Amino acid sequence: MAEIETHDLDVLVIGAGGAGLRAAIEAMARGARTGVVCKSLLGKAHTVMAEGGIAAAMGNVWPEDNWQVHFRDTMRGGKMLANWRMAQIHAQETPDRVLELESWGAVFDRTPEGLINQRDFGGHRYARLAHVGDRTGLEMIRTLQQRAVAMGMEVFMECVVVRLLLDQGRIAGAVAYWRESGRFVLFRAKAVILATGGIGKAFRVTSASWEYTGDGHSLALWAGAELMDMEFVQFHPTGMVWPPSVRGILVTESVRGDGGVLRNSEQRRFMFDYIPAYYAAETADSEDEADHWYDDKRNYRRPPELLPRDEVARAINAEVKAGRGSPHGGVFLDIASRRDAEYIRRRLPSMYHQFKELADVDITTTPMEVGPTCHYVMGGVRVEADTCAATVPGLYAAGEVAAGLHGSNRLGGNSLGDLLTFGRRAGLAAAEYATGLGTQPKVDDAEVDAIIASSLAPFEREKGENPFTLQYDIQSTMQDLVGIIRTEEELRQALEELAVLEERATQVAVGGNRQYNPGWHLALSIDSLLAVSRCIATAALERRESRGGHTRDDYPKPDEEFAKINHVLRLEDGKLVLRREPLPQMPPELQALFEEDH
Amino acid sequence: MADATTEEVRAAPTGQARQEGDGAARAEAPARPSPRARPEVTSGREVTLLVWRGDASGGSFVEYRVPYEEGEVILDVIHRLAATQAPDLAVRWNCKAGKCGSCSAEVNGRPVLQCMTRMSLFDPREPITVAPMKTFPIVKDLVTDVSFNYEVASRIPPFSPGPPDPDGKRRMAQTDVDRIQEFRECIECFLCQDVCHVIRDHEENKRLFAGPRFMVRLAELEMHPLDNLDRRPLIRGEFGVVMCNITKCCTEVCPAGIHITDNAIIPLKERVVDSYFDPIAWLGRKITRRPRRTPVTRPWSAEAAS
Ligand SMILES: Cc1cc2nc3c(=O)[nH]c(=O)nc-3n(C[C@H](O)[C@H](O)[C@H](O)COP(=O)(O)OP(=O)(O)OC[C@H]3O[C@@H](n4cnc5c(N)ncnc54)[C@H](O)[C@@H]3O)c2cc1C
Ligand code: SF4
Ligand code: SF4
Ligand code: FES
Repeated sequence: MAEIETHDLDVLVIGAGGAGLRAAIEAMARGARTGVVCKSLLGKAHTVMAEGGIAAAMGNVWPEDNWQVHFRDTMRGGKMLANWRMAQIHAQETPDRVLELESWGAVFDRTPEGLINQRDFGGHRYARLAHVGDRTGLEMIRTLQQRAVAMGMEVFMECVVVRLLLDQGRIAGAVAYWRESGRFVLFRAKAVILATGGIGKAFRVTSASWEYTGDGHSLALWAGAELMDMEFVQFHPTGMVWPPSVRGILVTESVRGDGGVLRNSEQRRFMFDYIPAYYAAETADSEDEADHWYDDKRNYRRPPELLPRDEVARAINAEVKAGRGSPHGGVFLDIASRRDAEYIRRRLPSMYHQFKELADVDITTTPMEVGPTCHYVMGGVRVEADTCAATVPGLYAAGEVAAGLHGSNRLGGNSLGDLLTFGRRAGLAAAEYATGLGTQPKVDDAEVDAIIASSLAPFEREKGENPFTLQYDIQSTMQDLVGIIRTEEELRQALEELAVLEERATQVAVGGNRQYNPGWHLALSIDSLLAVSRCIATAALERRESRGGHTRDDYPKPDEEFAKINHVLRLEDGKLVLRREPLPQMPPELQALFEEDH
Repeated sequence: MADATTEEVRAAPTGQARQEGDGAARAEAPARPSPRARPEVTSGREVTLLVWRGDASGGSFVEYRVPYEEGEVILDVIHRLAATQAPDLAVRWNCKAGKCGSCSAEVNGRPVLQCMTRMSLFDPREPITVAPMKTFPIVKDLVTDVSFNYEVASRIPPFSPGPPDPDGKRRMAQTDVDRIQEFRECIECFLCQDVCHVIRDHEENKRLFAGPRFMVRLAELEMHPLDNLDRRPLIRGEFGVVMCNITKCCTEVCPAGIHITDNAIIPLKERVVDSYFDPIAWLGRKITRRPRRTPVTRPWSAEAAS
């Protein structure tokens, strides 16, 4: 093997968002030699962009809130497809994780009693999102970052993992490259925690940054692990639509939680026309009732603008299709006519700033134009609920890259709690596994050499595909054919187009040298973009029903048979195979929660 | 459609001629047609960018003509430049919405976030210069080595609260945290560090002055109602608050709108002066306002944090 920078670790954490940092803090606190790698600088991961808050049944605003209610909301929001045990752990443990964050320096907004304040969000029965204005993610990542730094954590910034390494079917480490120098680095590690976030860059209109190329999903798949629920991609109902350069950037759900309403070009609050039977009992059916809810939540039902995201996104889509959209192909989100300017600026400072600076719109006087944007992937690495262990020994996954907690649709605010709760559990389990393992697994030098050689191949080609063009073409296929509304015909066409794109990907060529070369970096992520795209399209084709984030025009209703299964994907001899896995059975005492009258 | 794609080969779009020297790409193979639309600028607008290209060993401004659309920001145009003419142009970015602080650069000499700088601010007939932050060593093109900041951050003693209330919760009034929440809006873009003349023009001062970003961080910890450490000896000593001469340049560039000088640095200076030159005031403060504070005089150590 050629000379290569090498680090020996017990636990390698891939990702420095909320999940990765929380996992690393735990693994280190348990005595494991821990290192964190991330593609950007520390503190810049997606988590920094999260706005609304952390859903946790702390009961600071509503004493009646408790983990059972949160559990029930999560399961129902995911249309009963979530892993019940994960939903239970999440609902039970997140309040402690929030308090822990506070003791590490997070400064949440306060209630009049001086406690952590909690706000309303779609699909949550009570106001339960702990928040800091509309920049909760910044608070979370900075707090965890400061904690990790204070512990003396080893962080490898701007370092990208390209492959995981195995020794007799167990995790042995990973190969990565430094973005700055283009040199490779070998991590020998007993356990690896994937905390790489999502796949948003597989779509053209997205709230995701360049980082979201589905690396963790693909690393797991290539290492032999299973993915689950990949057909479920969340399109957030409210992304910016104008100007074109900001299309897809998120407009937080807090705008609606704090009083904003959706209107079409006829000024109608159209969400009243889209209340599904499933939520009719708890949703207001007149504007008058809905408006009273903000002040008297005990005696009035919630406005339909706060239905779960899949419902709202589909409704917006339908309004635009029916020709009742806004000038730039969205609908209107109006808080200006409903709250005074002072309130808006205090509750939603970064939204105010974002529209002012990027769209020249003053949201205290003018409605925003919004439309659906690819936001989150519910699917991911299939893990054990209690330990976050993937199906490959030594491999763990937490955060957006893991599947299970959200079922077919994630409730807003349930991701940040997921990161803390399962990040901690993954760190704990991985440290324990690594300690129990004793000797360091062996790394195959020839394999490392081969990985490096294939990573450098794009420099060798004299002529070839431009990685930027290729990425755009992948995004277009996914956006146009595997987007928010799907049909069998289009999904088949997408799979055919992906086959062509996969072939083109073998011909990617880049110029320049290895030093901080974004063209080359993008070229190296094309394979994983294609892998997750194929997973999404394959699972979407097989699910012949509509549920949560997956809507089929040719099967517009949920189907009893599909209510009982998850789709599990893995590679067999290089081929992607799909299996139907029966849902784990919920114990009777939890089932009873769904029979009570609420 | 799949088979048509492999058969039919169209002529290359305008393959730009490039020199190896300035780190440009090789000629591309003819792009294969995609059944889907590709991004095209239809506005007919074009701008001249002078982008600093180079690395630690040197470099210079390279001129490019780049089309752009109405409503775009500098970062969009830089991305288009990378996608069509200069694929190895190094630039950092993540959120594209002013939230992550990755895309700092000097545009026409002004330290800004590229993602929040709209094209409409510029006269389209004049070239726009885009350069990396000057205070930090160059890595490549628009990317600088900001490790100085991470090093300073690691020396700041972290938040150190006492035990929570008996019910496990902590109580603070909103009015008591308004100010520190302002400080915690910092997105670590390091533009204030870039513009501060104390460290911008004097490499040797980086050992003596932590820079405005970390004055904000220290002020936040100092003013936290639940924190029990007294960092004043450090703020005066190794973090060097006295080096600041209140020019307010940092406040002017802060994209998070933090009143760095008025709300963080000046109060820190006052506290430090109090504690060193007015023992009575210092004592009074210790007794009435922060009875449990213990002074810290050395960098934080790993074992203390665990
Ligand atoms: C605009 C926006 C607003 C949101 N608001 C909310 C909200 O209010 N409430 C809520 O609960 N959720 C919200 N979400 C969702 C939530 O923020 C994300 O799901 C969550 O932050 C993901 O965290 P993570 O730790 O899993 O991944 P991330 O924070 O994305 O971190 C991923 C990390 O993995 C690293 N990585 C990836 N691939 C590699 C590789 N190959 N090698 C090395 N490192 C790698 C990245 O560099 C990064 O450090 C929001 C999301 C967005 C985009
Ligand atoms: S006010 Fe102080 S910290 Fe800010 S730029 Fe001027 S000298 Fe630097
Ligand atoms: S204080 Fe302002 S300018 Fe300085 S790093 Fe923070 S956000 Fe940037
Ligand atoms: S890209 Fe995040 S601040 Fe500009």
